[in-house]
Amino acid sequence: MAIGRPDPSPRRAARGVTTTGAGTVLDDGSGGTGTPVTAVKLLVAGGFGVGKTTMVGSISEITPLRTEELLTELSVGIDDLAGVERKTTTTVALDFGRITLSRHLVLYLFGTPGQDRFWFMWNELSNGALGAVVLADTRRLDTCFPSIDFFERRNIPFVIGVNRFDGSPGYTVEEVRHALDVDAVVPILICDVRRRESSKSLLLALTEHVIERSTVSMG
Amino acid sequence: MSDDDDHWFDEEAGPLVRPYAVTGGRTRAVHPELDLITLVVTLQLDVRAWPGEPEYESILRMCRAPMSVAEISAALKLPLGVVKVLIGDLIERHQVMVRSSRAPDTTMLQAVLEGIRRI
Repeated sequence: MAIGRPDPSPRRAARGVTTTGAGTVLDDGSGGTGTPVTAVKLLVAGGFGVGKTTMVGSISEITPLRTEELLTELSVGIDDLAGVERKTTTTVALDFGRITLSRHLVLYLFGTPGQDRFWFMWNELSNGALGAVVLADTRRLDTCFPSIDFFERRNIPFVIGVNRFDGSPGYTVEEVRHALDVDAVVPILICDVRRRESSKSLLLALTEHVIERSTVSMG
Repeated sequence: MSDDDDHWFDEEAGPLVRPYAVTGGRTRAVHPELDLITLVVTLQLDVRAWPGEPEYESILRMCRAPMSVAEISAALKLPLGVVKVLIGDLIERHQVMVRSSRAPDTTMLQAVLEGIRRI
């Protein structure tokens, strides 16, 4: 499957950043003078077809990449391939993008697998994630319930982006909040993730929410 | 040939078996710290240790600039588990260093916020 960008915007080079080429000097952790590069991760979740990869594509500096994991090794944990012929193998695809935030900071945006049977992959995805954007489609709000449940249970901060589709019911933010039964502090934004600015607003709202939550939790 | 034999060598078997041919059948990385966004950087671009194994050379070349495990997996079109095994081999040979993500602190979160504002 091609990774679609229905509304492709011009490719952007990372601004003011010189780390993308070969030959980058990186701190080797031995007390050198350079500050090491740190990677951080945000997730984009929601039901199948709600626009996760579209959002990643609208804001990523690279065309979204796809990586795969094999169901068998994660779910069974085999140490070698003995007996593998009797197992059903499934690959789970993860689409992700990259945003170079500074010379020392790289943000990766991972779309979560849309199908429920790939829940096992969410553990690796959510491990170390700063937070998540949950995209909702008002024509089928229930498809984002599993994502919301997951992040609430794991205490992972999230914001909700109500992605506008042509012909989708025009609910207000409060109506959506009531329907999704989420806490009043969870930001909900109306968005169109085909637009880069809209996707950026979601990431800003999420990061601000993460900071607020971390400030509260530290007392 | 039994029914089981008929089912063994089919499309579903292929994607699992073929990628692990490059790891000699090993499916487990011995470096559990490797995750999706662990950054890998080449320390020593010496590919002579890996004759006939182009995957190692590819990793060493692409990681002259920091690359995440996920990006390496995507570039090589190999599953994450396979790539982790290969990176583990390169760690053992001291040819790459890795930097795993750390728990976020306020300074880092502020830097993320500022960074997103600038894009």
